[in-house]
Amino acid sequence: MIGDWLDIGPVDQITPGTARTLPVLGGDEIAVFRTQANEFYALINKCPHKQGPLSQGIVHGNVVACPLHNWNISLKTGEALGEDKGCVPTIPLRVDAGRIYLLRSAVVGKRAA
Amino acid sequence: MNAPTTLMEEDRSASVRPHLRERLVVIGNGMAGCRAVEEILARDPNRFDVTIFGAEPRVNYNRIMLSPVLSGEKAFEDIIINGDDWYAENAITLVAGDPVVSIDRATKTVVAKSGRVEPYDRLLIATGSDPFIIPVPGKDLAGVVTFRDLDDVDKMLSAAEKGGSAVVIGGGLLGLEAAHGLSLRGMKVAVVHLMPTLMERQLDEAAGYLLKTELERRGQTIVTGGDTAEIVGRDGHVSAVRLKDGREFAADIVVMAVGIRPGTTLARAAGLEVERGIVVDDHMVTSDPAVMAVGECVQHRGNCYGLVAPLWDMCRALADQACEQPSGYEGSVTSTKLKVSGIDLFSAGDFSGGDGAEDIVMRDASRGLYKRVVVRDNKLVGAVLYGDTADGSWYFDLLRKGEDISDIREALIFGQAFASGGALLDPNAAVAALSDDAEICGCNGVTKGKVVATINGGACSLDAVRSTCKASASCGSCTGLVESLLASTLGGAVQSGPKTMCKCTSFSHDDVRRLILEKDLRAIPQVLQELHWTTPDGCSSCRPALNYYLLCAWPGEYVDDQKSRFVNERMHANIQKDGTYSVVPRMWGGLTNPRELRAIADVVEKYNAPMVKVTGGQRLDIFGIKKEDLPAVWADLNAAGMVSGHAYGKSLRTVKTCVGSEWCRFGTQDSTGLGVKLERMTWGSWMPHKFKIAVSGCPRNCAEATIKDFGVVCVDSGYELHVGGNGGIKVRATDFLCKVITEDEAMELCAAFIQLYREQAHYLERTAPWIERVGLDHIKAGLFDQPDTVKRLAARFRYSQTFCQDDPWAQRVAGEDADLHQHMAQVRPLQLEAAQ
Repeated sequence: MIGDWLDIGPVDQITPGTARTLPVLGGDEIAVFRTQANEFYALINKCPHKQGPLSQGIVHGNVVACPLHNWNISLKTGEALGEDKGCVPTIPLRVDAGRIYLLRSAVVGKRAA
Repeated sequence: MNAPTTLMEEDRSASVRPHLRERLVVIGNGMAGCRAVEEILARDPNRFDVTIFGAEPRVNYNRIMLSPVLSGEKAFEDIIINGDDWYAENAITLVAGDPVVSIDRATKTVVAKSGRVEPYDRLLIATGSDPFIIPVPGKDLAGVVTFRDLDDVDKMLSAAEKGGSAVVIGGGLLGLEAAHGLSLRGMKVAVVHLMPTLMERQLDEAAGYLLKTELERRGQTIVTGGDTAEIVGRDGHVSAVRLKDGREFAADIVVMAVGIRPGTTLARAAGLEVERGIVVDDHMVTSDPAVMAVGECVQHRGNCYGLVAPLWDMCRALADQACEQPSGYEGSVTSTKLKVSGIDLFSAGDFSGGDGAEDIVMRDASRGLYKRVVVRDNKLVGAVLYGDTADGSWYFDLLRKGEDISDIREALIFGQAFASGGALLDPNAAVAALSDDAEICGCNGVTKGKVVATINGGACSLDAVRSTCKASASCGSCTGLVESLLASTLGGAVQSGPKTMCKCTSFSHDDVRRLILEKDLRAIPQVLQELHWTTPDGCSSCRPALNYYLLCAWPGEYVDDQKSRFVNERMHANIQKDGTYSVVPRMWGGLTNPRELRAIADVVEKYNAPMVKVTGGQRLDIFGIKKEDLPAVWADLNAAGMVSGHAYGKSLRTVKTCVGSEWCRFGTQDSTGLGVKLERMTWGSWMPHKFKIAVSGCPRNCAEATIKDFGVVCVDSGYELHVGGNGGIKVRATDFLCKVITEDEAMELCAAFIQLYREQAHYLERTAPWIERVGLDHIKAGLFDQPDTVKRLAARFRYSQTFCQDDPWAQRVAGEDADLHQHMAQVRPLQLEAAQ
């Protein structure tokens, strides 16, 4: 089972309410988020609107506001919220014993449209 | 530890005694093991011969009640669940103080520490969990204890008898209960918690903040975001705890309460399937059909539980299975209550919000109340209550049953009494049903009758009511009630008041700024609580605004909240459409020199910046820098004496100048010199929005001073000062403010005007719309009505500047916030790496 999951390090690398980035050789960069409520999410680091780096946005609840044009993107589903339409791929993530794991197949397989 | 004792043992040798009944051996004499046995006995008292092994030399007690034992509110006798007589009455063999050390599944036997071998037909593992010890130096010193069993409590009590200081590592449920107990026993207690919020798994930031405030009020030292570096010892005994940031807290005892791990050692050694916990199916059966497991040691459908409530359901399913009436366990929704007397705190379910989830928040600052329920698909999915947990069980019930709450949606937050009130389901109707002498506004003692009379007297908006009878004008907690009264009194004729700050609050920008000062609010979570924010942690619109308002109100004291800043201000550079950044070093008054230009040229080449551009503000903008390279770029620019140009901030941008009397044949004054002085005075200051200054040396106005926020036009007889210009979307020429004779007066007025703008404008409001909104007369009055206001405003500005003129680039170069610039890791798939 563990082999399917990629250990990307301890949870305390990410301050609550922020995100950090994870470049993928041959794939799209991933943004790993930690909300104020200590939920963890991973998304491709590209806003569905104009590919803004979501990792740099302000995190509120489990929504991130894209730094380029303030689109609000759900961290859970990757969907744009409100009037905006679009969706960014999410990467299955789990936290176990203080470490963050991403689903290996999703890390190397996903590309934003 | 006592010698192994057998409290009750029949004389029976397993090898010779024919057994008619199945032999059930239970490993673990805790809450789970005993509860399971109780459930089995209740179904079929004759099915099993039961033997229970316990590691502790005592009968079964209620572990979750250890906290009141520690605090002295209960004695051990009070928390015993099953005494000696229970084991005797049910012919249960209790082997206490002799822990099982191995399981042999092939021969179906267990071996205890004493060498005792016990055969089984069915085995039940209920080994609970073990405290997690963080691997820091000094963890093995005498005086470092966990908080798991009665022996731990005894150790804490004997330490407390001597008085002195205690440090509790871990601000979760258990840690806080330990801290409370030790505090009541007279120790000076400090709690060190790694996370920024206490009990972050159960509480959101707002409730965590309330809890922290209350515990601090009770004299505990609460350190959040505290990372333990070392437990310091003297003569083999703890003496202090040192954090990674260098802070040190004296300690005569250290309680390690950072978390628990399922106790899986035995099961793992016996070859059972173990992941985080012992893997069980819905009937609590492990990978071996003869072996069951229950409690905190198990992992069911991927979940491990550290709370008591799931035990009851697990034990029910287990007993059903053992007695051949399988029912199945489907996992538990858990709730938490903190057992600290005088603090009412409840949390249950999922309160992380998310899609389709709707937060309903109620805050009552005067009563220290915070309630938040989360609704998804018309069902209650989570609840956090602080200050009044009376409705906790009602919410928990709704949550577990998954009932459709759409009928009571509007009244849900007010609790069961209100929501179940039939005719009172509509909040407006509920308020309308109140008697005339019912108090609406507790702060100002305004009754419903008075509010209604005020409305009937012509106050048709919330603001009008506030200014006329003062209802809802102080803490604002009754705003909803007043709005309901407006609606029910006027029908559709309610006028909306000034625009609210954002959808998270009913207060306007002006209200929030005023209340921050009046109520002495000093942190964002405090503002959200005291001003009844309707969202748990604000939004991307109000958070940056609040951060600025607090920064402006409390210079030098308020700690800037990075995560509430827009990306450019967090990264100290301008984000571009491709996610790279542009970097603009400051050029004082638009002046530069060979050294600076060389350093810029070198940076452009060294980092392959694809473009350099002269900006409209008379400086150079270096484009295409990656976030990882920013600190190195800044280090190179710093080395040439340059600092951040704040081209990215809601702050002083540039001071544009023309060459002035030093070179220009028309120049009347030293405009470049004054420009440099103004920039040296104002750089680094945070503002409601960006702020541009220009100084022109004569009325030809080559520096375009009349479309700047503050413009100086030099004339032979002195300096004309202009304010509120803008060259952006809507061009606005400045208003003439006044004329002064000397440079010093021009500087003083510049400082005073900036401070007035900083203190009064709304966040993201440039000076032009601000002046349009309040009028030039208001600005003039604010500056000149009293003879000393200019001086006082300027003094406040200069004071605040003493905290702002540290180059943020240099701070980052020195290593501050390095996380913001570094990737957390990199993924390099093997086949791709090999191909490169």
